[in-house]
Amino acid sequence: MIELTVRYFASLRDAAGIESETWQTHAHGLRALYEELAARHGFVWTPAHLRVAVDGDFAGWDDAPRAGSEVAFIPPVSGG
Amino acid sequence: MTRFSISESAIEIAPLRAALLDARAGAFASFEGWVRDHNDGQPVRGLRYEAYVALAEKEGERILAEALERFAALDARCVHRVGDLAIGEMAVWVGVSAGHRDGAFAACRWIIDEVKARVPIWKHEHYVSGDAGWLHPTPPPPA
Repeated sequence: MIELTVRYFASLRDAAGIESETWQTHAHGLRALYEELAARHGFVWTPAHLRVAVDGDFAGWDDAPRAGSEVAFIPPVSGG
Repeated sequence: MTRFSISESAIEIAPLRAALLDARAGAFASFEGWVRDHNDGQPVRGLRYEAYVALAEKEGERILAEALERFAALDARCVHRVGDLAIGEMAVWVGVSAGHRDGAFAACRWIIDEVKARVPIWKHEHYVSGDAGWLHPTPPPPA
């Protein structure tokens, strides 16, 4: 079991109703972590539509969650 | 070198352009993205941009560094607004200096396209109808 911080942006934040949370997980990969949180918050996005970042850098869905890290799920961007 | 930044206040062009002045430059191209009063047929009252600032600044820097490797450009800058913007306000500014116009135009075009595709910034539109919503180029699947 590790503890990390999760941040939500744009429509994911609206769906979660919070900007961030501390989360304890047994997930072996960031994909499994997302599935846990999607079930908790009712997210409709699948990982195929999102990117994931750890501590301010893009990461891979198969990367292992690290204790104390900040994980962010990135919905399709719409700047410009 | 900080070439890309996120700004919570109105973008000031003069210092950005001044930073690109270079005796080797024979060309300068810039792009401004403005808030327009409609999107997909819906009248828009205004909008808000939100960014994951730490990642947006890193990815923006990477885009500008890549542009200088890919194109015959001397230097480049980009600033993207966050916060509440009214119709007509500048949302993004890109400027490129180059020896010749081809490099300046090509790099400027490439930078704005990459910024729109890669930098974690999201647009929240407020419609005249009273509705509001996040713009995601790929809509979420039906729940």
